[in-house]
Amino acid sequence: MSSSTVFPPTSKPSESVSGVTVRLCGDSGDGMQLLGTQLTNTSALSGNDVATFPDFPAEIRAPRGTRAGVSGFQVQFSAEEIFTPGDGVDALVCMNPAALVTNLVDLKKTGILIVNSDGFEAKDLKLAKLDSNPLTDGMLEHYRTIEVPMTSMTRTAVEPTGLSTKFADRCKNFFAMGLVFWLYGRDVEPTLRFIDDKFSKKPDVAEANRLALKAGWNYGETTEHFASTFSVPAAELQPGTYRNVMGNQALAWGLIAAAKLSGKELFLGSYPITPASDILHELSKHKNFGVRTFQAEDEIAAVCSAVGAAFGGSMAITTSSGPGIALKGEGIGLGLILELPFLVIDVQRGGPSTGLPTKTEQSDLLMVMHGRNGESPLPVIAAQSPGDCFDTAIEAWRIATKYMTPVIILSDGYIANGAEPWRVPEVSSLEKIEVTHPPARADNDEPFMPYSRNENLARPWAVPGTPGLMHRVGGLEKQDGSGNVSYDPDNHQYMVQTRAKKVDMVADSIAEVEVYGKSKGTLVLSWGGTYGSCRTAVKESVDAGLDVGHVHLRWISPFPKNLEAVMRGFDRVLIPELNTGQLRLLIKSKYLIDAIGFNKIKGKPFKVSELVAKIKEVTV
Amino acid sequence: MSTELPVLKDKDFASDQDIRWCPGCGDYSILAQMKKVLASLGKNKEETVFISGIGCSSRFPYYMDTYGMHSIHGRAPAFATGLKSTRPELDIWVITGDGDALSIGGNHFMHMVRRNVDLNVILFNNSIYGLTKGQYSPTSKVGTVTKSTPVGSIDQPINPISLALAAEATFVARSVDTNIKHLRAMMQRASEHRGTSFLEVYQNCNVFNDGIWDYAKDKATKDDTTVELEHNKPLIFAGGDKGIRLNGFAPEVVDLSGGKVAQDDLLFHDEKAVSSQLAFLLSRMRHPEFPEPIGVFRAVERPTYDSMINQQVEQAKSKHGVGELEKLFAGGDTWTVE
Repeated sequence: MSSSTVFPPTSKPSESVSGVTVRLCGDSGDGMQLLGTQLTNTSALSGNDVATFPDFPAEIRAPRGTRAGVSGFQVQFSAEEIFTPGDGVDALVCMNPAALVTNLVDLKKTGILIVNSDGFEAKDLKLAKLDSNPLTDGMLEHYRTIEVPMTSMTRTAVEPTGLSTKFADRCKNFFAMGLVFWLYGRDVEPTLRFIDDKFSKKPDVAEANRLALKAGWNYGETTEHFASTFSVPAAELQPGTYRNVMGNQALAWGLIAAAKLSGKELFLGSYPITPASDILHELSKHKNFGVRTFQAEDEIAAVCSAVGAAFGGSMAITTSSGPGIALKGEGIGLGLILELPFLVIDVQRGGPSTGLPTKTEQSDLLMVMHGRNGESPLPVIAAQSPGDCFDTAIEAWRIATKYMTPVIILSDGYIANGAEPWRVPEVSSLEKIEVTHPPARADNDEPFMPYSRNENLARPWAVPGTPGLMHRVGGLEKQDGSGNVSYDPDNHQYMVQTRAKKVDMVADSIAEVEVYGKSKGTLVLSWGGTYGSCRTAVKESVDAGLDVGHVHLRWISPFPKNLEAVMRGFDRVLIPELNTGQLRLLIKSKYLIDAIGFNKIKGKPFKVSELVAKIKEVTV
Repeated sequence: MSTELPVLKDKDFASDQDIRWCPGCGDYSILAQMKKVLASLGKNKEETVFISGIGCSSRFPYYMDTYGMHSIHGRAPAFATGLKSTRPELDIWVITGDGDALSIGGNHFMHMVRRNVDLNVILFNNSIYGLTKGQYSPTSKVGTVTKSTPVGSIDQPINPISLALAAEATFVARSVDTNIKHLRAMMQRASEHRGTSFLEVYQNCNVFNDGIWDYAKDKATKDDTTVELEHNKPLIFAGGDKGIRLNGFAPEVVDLSGGKVAQDDLLFHDEKAVSSQLAFLLSRMRHPEFPEPIGVFRAVERPTYDSMINQQVEQAKSKHGVGELEKLFAGGDTWTVE
């Protein structure tokens, strides 16, 4: 089937705009995430810069039609370089009343509201705990509202396939997709390919989805609600080959690349947990890269198996989120005293305890810094965007092997599930990671010293199977050099300080911070997944004439060498965080700099507008 | 029989570290037999790894001149699983105790066994927490008086053999620390078995729980209180005077001296039985009602976790070719910006 004949280009006028933010919301079973992903991919393929924010409940099927069950997906696609999924929504698509009342607040007054008017029966209103119908009670009078009977039109459209009503109704997200694609002049070809691939074993469902997509598209063209469409030209991105990536996917690929670059095979010990499981899923697909994934019986076994694999000379990883990292503390501590390289990945979510599993937060920073018994410092690196997860994984492994230490990678639910265009790197341009293992020794050689150290204070990574290097590692304090169990007081002090010094020395191998914007006035200091919002807010503030600079931290342990000097060059430091001030505490304790905090703990990312307001408040 | 002499002697497997177990501890015997068995099997030091948890027994790796890891409490099976999955050619022993394996590490123990990771696991069962100076353990009998249970413990003990069988173990055996010939034979069987080989050893803690296994150790009583399991042979003990017969689904002790019971009527051991029911029934025979079986309860073949995880990797490589980053990145939709 050729899409050009089925999906004729619009005959209505098209208005060119620089960027659009669309939010799609409905019941968690309505397929909103799928719709959003398709809109993202097709926008990226058409050359726009894109940024996404999927927002869904923790329950797999929360009670249908309720506010708790609303699943949303926001995407901004733009002709300019963007760093966030957008603040205000230009087009809001709502499949039911619960979705409408929980999302309307973010729709711009100039925005378009598209509702499935078939979803506003009395029972739907009751499920959303509404006394009156928002379509008629005046709630929407200030919005450009377009009521579309999507359910009934979808049923009519898919009738030729003979699908039951139940299955026909599942196609209504494709109807909505067709309408949105028409409105923004999106290419349907990638989505048609997706349908063919996804439903290859269910040709009737594939056909029904195509028909629904087409019906939505045609509805846009024929209805008088829309006099024109919008177009968003391609963004001017750096030349290269691009693809869309999500954070967890990019992290998994970065790990695979790091393994290749270091000549290692990869072992992942992991236990399923939201929002980290997709790393396990992605790695499991790539066994032909020598990837071994072990779904352990619990979080503790997951980290311990990784330490076992690291002892054996593999590139070992464990992935989790906050509750799992809490359980792994003792195992990470063992890896630290064994001085073995491996990666611990924490995809943060709202806490404490089970907290908000599907929502984002930056509240594990102090746990990964200090959440182990004894003196147990580790390097900590934080990814800043979905695509950046790739580079973060490689850099973390480079440091882990260079200094013989576990390294913690912080990601978060926002970047893990978010997507953005990613410039595919030239594989030949990726720097190799040099990893060496000491060679075999003969019986009459000098005894092997497993805790001898090189210029980086790293001990030799001697792997079982090597003749002459037999040695025992363990959680009891070790004598420097020989590695024998030692209760010597001076040795313990020396070893504690040496392990800490090793982490400090990582600063020799990481980039210094660079200031974006102005070098005076207010410094916005951020870390992790808030990069996009902070960078955009600083840009807007500088454009508005304010003296504001931005530094985004990649390494939090150790801090880059020039950080203190840079901070002292500003009048004040503003630290926005999705926690109650964890980086601020670290900055204050290390540098005695009393930074201003801007803290949001709502399970949601920063809006650019709220950051801009705060920057203005402290700067002017 | 091979005429080649082992390359290494048992003392070659000793590390240079002083052994710090209490004088008279049963651990010494197990350590000594281990060195002998490794030497007699012609094992080399560099491909042998001992991984332990926490507890008195878990100091074991420090005393062997092989690779070793003294890990954290209860988790040795997880470290060993990670190592064996990535380095299947290594000969890995897990050293654990009753508290380590069955209390804090109960979960890992169960999952290691069901996965059938090719590891040799020796559980030093002394029914006491020794390193923390004498609290009752998960194998202590109800009523055990210790520092933490001054008026007696109240929880039902766990039966390690039954637990391993319930977790689908492919190799389960029991021996006694001072029965050195038998212990060596069991260690050798454990080493030869492919899959998780679980060996429970009755080990005496002469400081905190002295004498609990005396019935199974004393020359005067052990013939009456233990029965040695041999494949395809009837269960006979007490110097041939007594046997075990099945009465319905339950075992019973029968007198063979009067000639009223023929040997053919006795329960014959079958360690290779597909079902673990017989092994489980044997594991329930406890002193003093029954003689306690020592020997191999069960030894069956099943693919190992480590062989299968590596097989999947090899299959993926041959089916899709060895992974290339360029191909990975180019999979799916891409576009070019000029």
